[in-house]
Amino acid sequence: MNFGVVVFPGTWSDCDFHYVIGEVLHQPVRYVWHRDSELADFDCLILPGGFSYGDYLRAGAVAGRSPVVEALPEFVAKGGLVLGSCNGFQILCESKLLPGALMRNECLQYRCQSTFLRVENAETSFTRAMRPGQILKMPISHGEGKFYADAETLRRVRDQKQIVFRYASEDGRVVKDANPNGSLDNIAGLINEEGTVLGLMPHPERASENAMGGTDGLLIFHSLLGSLVEDGSFLKR
Amino acid sequence: MKARVLVRLKPGILDVQGASVQRALQGLGFGEVQGLRVGKVLDLELDGVSGDSARQRVEEMCARLLTNPVIEDYTVEMLG
Repeated sequence: MNFGVVVFPGTWSDCDFHYVIGEVLHQPVRYVWHRDSELADFDCLILPGGFSYGDYLRAGAVAGRSPVVEALPEFVAKGGLVLGSCNGFQILCESKLLPGALMRNECLQYRCQSTFLRVENAETSFTRAMRPGQILKMPISHGEGKFYADAETLRRVRDQKQIVFRYASEDGRVVKDANPNGSLDNIAGLINEEGTVLGLMPHPERASENAMGGTDGLLIFHSLLGSLVEDGSFLKR
Repeated sequence: MKARVLVRLKPGILDVQGASVQRALQGLGFGEVQGLRVGKVLDLELDGVSGDSARQRVEEMCARLLTNPVIEDYTVEMLG
């Protein structure tokens, strides 16, 4: 299965994702430039963190209309999977591939810290190697990660189990103190209705080796690999 | 031809930036400030379009890129 790591001007986590996929997991991986829209070679595309196009106008706004992102609906319709982390999550919301919006942190501070996430849905292609309710440790690094959606949208994503990760305390309580950015309902990660596009503010690529303080991020990659192999989606495409 | 787009956070959405600026003003002795919300002004210079079609183009720009309807409202002003 082939991974693509999308690079926008201002992306900064592209090399980390490339390293984890290629050197830690030994999977084929290539960079994809933001002007490319030929995605047929890939099974999974990563939208990494950073400050695409300087985050001018709004975080992820310009990237959300770039050729590579405009090609994503067709890519996922043909069985591809998309993972957006940090700025990648912002881009997915801006491009309407995911509902809601990511706004300035309620504390107004840029938050670069370790967080604990509770797995709310372990039945997705991105989380099937996890247990429901499992607590993962992953770092965040962002100034605009407060998820917002109107009441109707929030009800819908709750009902359809689209909330995949919530910020929680180390012992698994979803409480205000564990919420680093004021995110609605402590939402840290969200999936689309079809289960093909996941966005999360934390950085799994920065939690993929013991030397980095933990390997919980690898569970996302192991889930993806299991899904791609078992579903055989990479063979059909 | 010029156009001005005013972008505001929707009513009811917490504006942490506005609240912070408001607190700063109060700290400077402007205690009368009871509310403050920060928005954006986008001034556009347009060529080769006029009248209703110019406005329509700007509306389209707002829908496609300039504003995020999940969190923002906007107004378009044509400045002749």
